[in-house]
Amino acid sequence: MLSSVNLASDLGAVWLTFKLATVVTLLLLLIGTPIAWWLARTRSWWKGPVGAVVALPIVLPPTVLGFYLLLLMGPNGVIGQFTLWAGIGLLPFTFGGLVVASVFYSMPFVVQPIQNAFEAMGDKPMEAAATLRASPLDAFFTVAVPLAKPGFLTAAILGFAHTVGEFGVVLMIGGNIPDKTRVVSVQIYDHVEALEYGQAHWLAGGMVVFSFLVLLALYTLNPTGRRK
Amino acid sequence: MSIAAHFKLAYPGFALDVDLDLPGRGVTALFGQSGSGKTTLLRCIAGLERGVGHLSVNGECWQDGDTFQPTHRRPLGYVFQEANLFAHLTVQGNLDYGMRRTTSADFPRHTAIIEMLGIGHLLERKPERLSGGERQRVAIARALLTEPRLLLMDEPLAALDLARKNEILPYLERLRDELEIPVFYVSHAPDEVARLADHIVVMDAGRAVAQGPLAETLARTDLPIRLGEDAGVVFAGTVLERDPQWHLARVGFDGGELWVRDGGAPVGHAVRLRILARDVSIAHSHHDDASIMNLLPATVVEQAGEDHPALALVRLRVGNTSLLARLTRRSAHALALAPGQQVWAQIKAVALIG
Repeated sequence: MLSSVNLASDLGAVWLTFKLATVVTLLLLLIGTPIAWWLARTRSWWKGPVGAVVALPIVLPPTVLGFYLLLLMGPNGVIGQFTLWAGIGLLPFTFGGLVVASVFYSMPFVVQPIQNAFEAMGDKPMEAAATLRASPLDAFFTVAVPLAKPGFLTAAILGFAHTVGEFGVVLMIGGNIPDKTRVVSVQIYDHVEALEYGQAHWLAGGMVVFSFLVLLALYTLNPTGRRK
Repeated sequence: MSIAAHFKLAYPGFALDVDLDLPGRGVTALFGQSGSGKTTLLRCIAGLERGVGHLSVNGECWQDGDTFQPTHRRPLGYVFQEANLFAHLTVQGNLDYGMRRTTSADFPRHTAIIEMLGIGHLLERKPERLSGGERQRVAIARALLTEPRLLLMDEPLAALDLARKNEILPYLERLRDELEIPVFYVSHAPDEVARLADHIVVMDAGRAVAQGPLAETLARTDLPIRLGEDAGVVFAGTVLERDPQWHLARVGFDGGELWVRDGGAPVGHAVRLRILARDVSIAHSHHDDASIMNLLPATVVEQAGEDHPALALVRLRVGNTSLLARLTRRSAHALALAPGQQVWAQIKAVALIG
């Protein structure tokens, strides 16, 4: 009886994690691509500061990021006041809050591979497209994006996997509400706290297998340019 | 029909400042050392670089004051130094890219272009599976298939080895003869310019130091300093006779006849001849006891210094054709050369090009 309840809550956590990672990855591809394009092509003084802000989650402890996001999304924060004004309500302890927090948290893992791909491509293909009558937007979709495809693939996989693996930010923003904000990593923590090692094992082992498969996919689909 | 290009553009350590009025047809070579600004000028014409100035091409204004047609609205073709094909598309995909974005669908002409460049058998390949020469031919076809009104070529042969160069040059010659649009051809190689160009702009340190029809401009004694070892003249001739015994051809030109190595051109065919200044010497009397085969009566026009103080450059006239001869200053002094003097030009080597 107890184990079927546990199984249901485990599956709920897995499903929630999958949903969160998918939504975040799609959002990040939409938001991250223009940022990556700008960072790759600009000669502006702002490139350094913007690049540093995007990269912050790589070095910051997730709790720090989570703490400030919590404040920002709270009733006195900028984001919180905006969401209240927009009639969405407050984001902390909701799925929406997790999505927003994860977008910030996983941003560098999506932006940087795409940015690197755009930088490696250089100006030449875009110039060739312009001399063949393609407008900048046309050339972006028909030349830059296809040429940067390996970068997009890496970005999607890393963004997805990194969102799946987050723990600190989720705890700070989402807490631990079953089927709403309780993702796999938090569920594992709960199992261990409750000394349910067996339950913890299959989730944790599942994560190991999942992460391995993700990285394997990354390395086989994306042989790092060492083709003959 | 003409192209007026006036550009000013400054980078740290480099300034482009040109005011050119160029013919609206034929091949114009933009010639100069690397760093002389010839590629920057080409990029300004394409709109890839924005200089201050104005540009009109055969009556159409592409840039003037605040008016600036972006590159994709200029009906031009651009061949980059390293082909610059799209790596994610096949050859066919590359050709289609520009064709789809230009309006007309004149199929016979499309197949003619593909045939002229000999790339029909490569259409399914990806650029990475092409040789350097094949890539460049695809790039030229890709540019031509957009039916440009001006073709810009940025050292299309510079990245290729000699064998690949010789593979492409005949295609470029066909282009020159068959295309009706003006071509701007950037190069630092005098032999390419001699072979292909009708008109030349000599660039140095961001400025156009000379421009004019090829034969006339190459024969100027004040420029060859910049051409160094390659100073020489180019002029047109017609094959008059072929001697199968010695594999020589007799070529007539405006001022006389020359025996040259038979290049395979049939009798009556128009050819280009190139004679380097270092292969011409001067004598007062007619020597027929030497190995020199081509001796022409000539008139001394002028004499100028060379970049080395030991050397002098002498311009001669043979009929209506100019020749340059490079001598040591001592020889020039010993011969007591003066304008108007009748001499014999001894020509050691003549190259038959194109």
